[in-house]
Amino acid sequence: MKKYWQSIEEYKDILKSESHPEPDPKREPLPEFSVEGLSEEEKSGNHSRRDFLKMLGFTVGYAALANSCEMPVRKAIPYLHQPEEIVPGIANYYASTFFDGHDYNSILVKTREGRPIKIEGNELSSITRGGTQARVQASVLSLYDIARLQSPLKDNSTSSWEVIDREVPAQLEKLAAEGKKIVLLSTTVISPSTRSVINEFIEKYPTTAWVVYDTASASAMLTANEANFGVKAIPSYRFDNADLIVGFNADFQGNWLSPVEFTKQYVKGRDLLHGQETMSKHIQYESYLSLTGSNADYRVSIKPSEEGIILLNLHNEIAKSSGAATYKVAASPVEIKSLAKELLKNKGKSLVVSGTNDPGIQTTVNAINYLLGNYGQTIDLNTPSFLRQGTDNEMEKLVDEMHKGQVGALLFYNVNPLYDYPDADKFLAGMKKTELTVSFSDRLDETASKVGYVCPDNHYLESWNDAEPKKNYFSMVQPAIQKIFDTRQVQGTLLTWTGSDPDFLEYMQRYWETNIFPMQESTVSFIKFWNKSVHDGVFEIPAGPVEQPEFKTVGLKAASNGSSGKLELVLYEKIAIGTGKHANNPWLQELPDTITTATWDNYVCVPPKYAEEHELQDEDVVSINGSVELPVLIQPGQASGTIAIAVGYGRTSAGKVGDGIGKNVFHLMDKKNGLRKFGGTFVRLEKTEKTYPLARTQVHHTMEHRAIVRETTLTEFLKNPKSGNEMHANVAKQNLTLYSIPEFDGYHWGMAVNLNACIGCANCVISCQAENNVAVIGKEEVKNRRIMHWMRIDRYYSEDADNPEVTRIPVMCQHCDNAPCENVCPVAATPHSNEGLNQMAYNRCIGTRYCMNNCPYKVRRFNWYEYTDNPEFPYNFDNEQEKLVLNPDVTVRSRGVVEKCSLCVQRIQEKKLEAKREGRPLREGEIKMACQQSCPGNAIIFGDMNDPDSEISKVLENPRTYQLLEQIHTLPSVNYITKIRNKDPNEKHRNYEGYMGYYSDYYKDGDEVHE
Amino acid sequence: MYNIDIRGVLVKGNKTCAQVSDDILRPLEAKSPPMWWYFAIFITLMMIGLGLWGIYVTIDTGIGTWGVNNNVAWGFGIINFVWWIGIGHAGTAFSIFLLILRQKWRSSINRAAEAMTVVAVICAGMFPMLHMGRIWDAIFVFPYWNTRGPLWVNFNSPLFWDVVAISTYLMASAVFWYVGMIPDFALIRERATSRIKKSVYGFLSFGWVGTAKGWLRFETASLLLGGLAAPLVIAVHSIVSMDFATSIVPGWHTTIFPPYFVIGAIFSGFGMVLTLMIIVRKVFKYEDYVTRSHLDAIARILVFISLIMGTAYTTELFVAWYSGGDYEMFTFMKNRVTGEYTFAFWTMITCNAFIPQLFWFKKIRSSILLVFIISIFINIGMWFERYVIVVTSLSKDFLPAMWASYSATFVEVSIFIGTLGIFALGILLFFRYIPMIAISEIKGILKPTSILKNDDHGKN
Repeated sequence: MKKYWQSIEEYKDILKSESHPEPDPKREPLPEFSVEGLSEEEKSGNHSRRDFLKMLGFTVGYAALANSCEMPVRKAIPYLHQPEEIVPGIANYYASTFFDGHDYNSILVKTREGRPIKIEGNELSSITRGGTQARVQASVLSLYDIARLQSPLKDNSTSSWEVIDREVPAQLEKLAAEGKKIVLLSTTVISPSTRSVINEFIEKYPTTAWVVYDTASASAMLTANEANFGVKAIPSYRFDNADLIVGFNADFQGNWLSPVEFTKQYVKGRDLLHGQETMSKHIQYESYLSLTGSNADYRVSIKPSEEGIILLNLHNEIAKSSGAATYKVAASPVEIKSLAKELLKNKGKSLVVSGTNDPGIQTTVNAINYLLGNYGQTIDLNTPSFLRQGTDNEMEKLVDEMHKGQVGALLFYNVNPLYDYPDADKFLAGMKKTELTVSFSDRLDETASKVGYVCPDNHYLESWNDAEPKKNYFSMVQPAIQKIFDTRQVQGTLLTWTGSDPDFLEYMQRYWETNIFPMQESTVSFIKFWNKSVHDGVFEIPAGPVEQPEFKTVGLKAASNGSSGKLELVLYEKIAIGTGKHANNPWLQELPDTITTATWDNYVCVPPKYAEEHELQDEDVVSINGSVELPVLIQPGQASGTIAIAVGYGRTSAGKVGDGIGKNVFHLMDKKNGLRKFGGTFVRLEKTEKTYPLARTQVHHTMEHRAIVRETTLTEFLKNPKSGNEMHANVAKQNLTLYSIPEFDGYHWGMAVNLNACIGCANCVISCQAENNVAVIGKEEVKNRRIMHWMRIDRYYSEDADNPEVTRIPVMCQHCDNAPCENVCPVAATPHSNEGLNQMAYNRCIGTRYCMNNCPYKVRRFNWYEYTDNPEFPYNFDNEQEKLVLNPDVTVRSRGVVEKCSLCVQRIQEKKLEAKREGRPLREGEIKMACQQSCPGNAIIFGDMNDPDSEISKVLENPRTYQLLEQIHTLPSVNYITKIRNKDPNEKHRNYEGYMGYYSDYYKDGDEVHE
Repeated sequence: MYNIDIRGVLVKGNKTCAQVSDDILRPLEAKSPPMWWYFAIFITLMMIGLGLWGIYVTIDTGIGTWGVNNNVAWGFGIINFVWWIGIGHAGTAFSIFLLILRQKWRSSINRAAEAMTVVAVICAGMFPMLHMGRIWDAIFVFPYWNTRGPLWVNFNSPLFWDVVAISTYLMASAVFWYVGMIPDFALIRERATSRIKKSVYGFLSFGWVGTAKGWLRFETASLLLGGLAAPLVIAVHSIVSMDFATSIVPGWHTTIFPPYFVIGAIFSGFGMVLTLMIIVRKVFKYEDYVTRSHLDAIARILVFISLIMGTAYTTELFVAWYSGGDYEMFTFMKNRVTGEYTFAFWTMITCNAFIPQLFWFKKIRSSILLVFIISIFINIGMWFERYVIVVTSLSKDFLPAMWASYSATFVEVSIFIGTLGIFALGILLFFRYIPMIAISEIKGILKPTSILKNDDHGKN
């Protein structure tokens, strides 16, 4: 580049700069970075003490701040010696048996890392056939109950087994030597080995008497069968063989004897999904609306005092036609001629059962069944059921003896008479005259808190045991966990006191080897036989064909107790709480009653007419006989002239959850002739000024003519399988959309609920709660309509308010392929999976709750509070022990997020991984939802809708299948199958007919619709 | 041109420009505000304290402290949100639409209305936040670049657009309001005697000196901002209405919602302006600026909007019947017109569609007390409109088994009271520190709309 210069000086400068100048020795070398703006100290690098302190302060402060934000360290300690069978993350299942003196279920216990977390039904059992009850599902939580005793007690203070094993046998020996009576008071014991242990105990202490006391007693059945057939036993029933089932106050699907077994049979007899074209007809005569009554085709409301009269009239009517003897009786208050005719038509294919604890009624029922030739067909006395063995007057005798001071020692095994014996005060007075009192209760219950020694029994999930619910049907109880506390199995305790080897497992093996092993011939090695029995959980020897047994006629008479005008009380057991044994189980307390949808309370069910006449409203408090005050619940279907109250409430010493919930009404039981009857006490009802709130999960009870539960009658169904569901095809035809219907390449999960098989037992609700870590929120929050259950059973009434028809529909997330919840979430926290599942990303959810509003099924649940570790919610999420029941595969949700049914995505994933590992495709039926697995009605079907051979795909083709609210085009993956009643079509109109507006066309058959 | 003989005088009392400045700046230049002002501030602070307590309880304990439930998942929070947003419409609607329609009478009211907008939108904006289950994760609603793979907000959700619309609207209306105040700030600066006041207002006035060039740019900026804000007024409430209209809930799922909500918002905004201006002209003695003819003009507008509201309500009912949708029919006929929520529905109809019809009568329009009372009814009616929409639809929707009712808890009410306090406090502070009537604009219309002392052509 040329350089122009203007003067000589400039020219010289240019020349100078072009030639490289010598470095100036005086100039400092350039620093490596700019020092501009730095202070002298900083430039020199000399830091003052002050700077040092500043820096120190900052560093320490920063470090402290940064560290304080860190999450607390939680240590996961690996196994020192890893058990061979435990693989972390993989569940183990152990076959076992639940029997608490009331319910028998053969089960599988799911354990994770050595702790039981879930109960499943055992499909190998021919009795419960894979079904369970809500109470059984909930029993796994009781294992971790913090109310359980952690060591033996002496005089209500902690003691040790050494002390007890020294003192109790000594006293027993002394009493036996003195000839004083020792009484073992227990519920029914169905374990053959335990019975053998007890017999050894009796041998050792010969003054011992064994009294069996059942809270829900079947004493009258035992005595009636003894009188008629010479067998003091309860027969086995075959509801599946009956074409006509007539129930009299027998809640055989809910609480009576063996509800799971009966439900499995009942549903089999009414299954129209698998080709069968007949279904049994069920007529129920009852005083309160029971679960069973709500499923009946016809239901007749009767007073307890009328039952005997009606049955005897029925007997006479049947006897007349077969020429048997008739007996004098007052005229029947209800028409029974047509029933008699129908029963006679179904000779040998009918079944009459009564749940009333009255020998007169039971002998009449026996006579009716005998006349109808039902023995050997639907009733089997050769395979008696052992589920109830208590005779009531033995208990009465015992109480009298105690009162007279004749009893020296009382041992309580699995009974709590101070809570559930009607005359608890008298019992307590007698107990005080008893020298030695011992309870084997697992908690300090009402009775155990008044005894000298408490020797806590193991939980059944920590125990070895066996069971024989029916003759020659054995099942195993095996521990799924080491015992958690310093408890000991009753059998071990008794063996210790007998002076034998206390190892009950060995005892049991010996017993099986000598008594049960020889009953079979297929296995020659006992070890093999034992292992197989333990593995299967059951060992059954099916009985051969049965014949009508010999019948001894006894004179029949029906007590006419001149009840006119008096109010009769019916006590009943709820599906969840039963007799109150498991009252401390928060899952059960919060389970909405299947009829009233109330939680956390008992109440007086009052017929609507009575309420109207006496100006009673829901939640008004009434006083019964001046002794108990309870709120009123106006209950459609309650027989006029009666009221009903659930037992099992008002525990005072059950634990933190169950104490003080509801009122104890056992003292109102009818106790005539030494028989404890649930129904029939005359009571006075007085209105008080008080009110008491009830927490119900449903407050509107009609379908408002909406086609939610679609139903039809058998006749109509046989004519046209579409019947009741005509609108499904019309909706499909008229559903227009601009968007393409979503397609899924791989799996497309779907579910179907067979409304004809669902009886509403709510087993699924608890099963879901256990599987998915659903929180319990307490009465106040349930009342605020915030229950967390992922699955609920909606119940609707129709027709007559005095005797309504009941329809039910279990509702869970419908996993809509066109889900309204998904597109309204601002943060995309609820997306759709490529397998058709509607998912919830809890971490992403910010809780705007728009999804909840936009869900037409209202299945989304919000965490209104922090439910874990919150003392405001002291149920089962507030302590480390009870949290052990949590399923580690399912996230526990925190405050402020929405949750809902995930279609057990963890179960889907588990089986998919298993199949992948084994390099095979998933098998149909391999994945079972928690609600589906143990459903006693087999009402839930799950599978891949993309697999044309799967059961769900076949169901989708069925003309009975529809989707809930299908007209709003949400495209649900959950389907429903119409309910069918075996009813005269003329007597029945579908309650969604007369549906207003445009959609009324939908009810017509396809061709009639104008488009 | 504005015809005084027909429309009446807009600035009474033959004011000169200097008098206008004196009158309007009197509350600002007073040595200390009157006693009632301190008392009112005290009351609002109490209300805010109560609201803060409610907010604390909500954030600390959870939404469970509210009355909402699994079936009626929205309640007071959303009702109040929509109500405040509606009120927040008045300012911008006043400024923009009346500007476009060349309504000179807007000048004495628009500043107060715009101030009201800003506070009301702030009040409104609090509710969607508080209403979240996890407010600490509220940032999730913003579409920010993240490390979570392809996880973005859901652009389909009206709630996301709500966030966008409200924040934009708040920003735009605040800027619009502020820019309009610049010449007035400069005026205060010039008149200020204390140094602090001088420097603060000097800073706020951006060195405004009132040159012709300055005025030119000011006008252009106002126009541009006005042009930006005008569609926002429509957009914000349309989007708020989408919160309901895009759902499938009976009673929400209607296409009439966007226009109906916008009109409703303007209606409630005008109602609130009326309430506020009647109080303000009284206590600050602005009767000469907010004259009866101003109130008359607002009342005339309200009678017109009320007719639109009535039409909208009738249309909803008609469409519910005409569509034949069972659930719609139920919601409208059995849960609003009749049923559990009859009171709320008929309060809404009476207050919004019937009572404002009284404005047809000149006698009623000219009675300040009656106008004030009716404006209160409109505020109540519009609150009930939101209540009817949110609660009745949710309480009884598709499955009767899940029907539930809703009642607010004390916590919810206290938060509402708290926002009323914030609103009142904001207004009180504005009146003390900001000229509540646009002085420059009043001066601009002084000549053509009033009778001036030295006016020679006015009487010709």
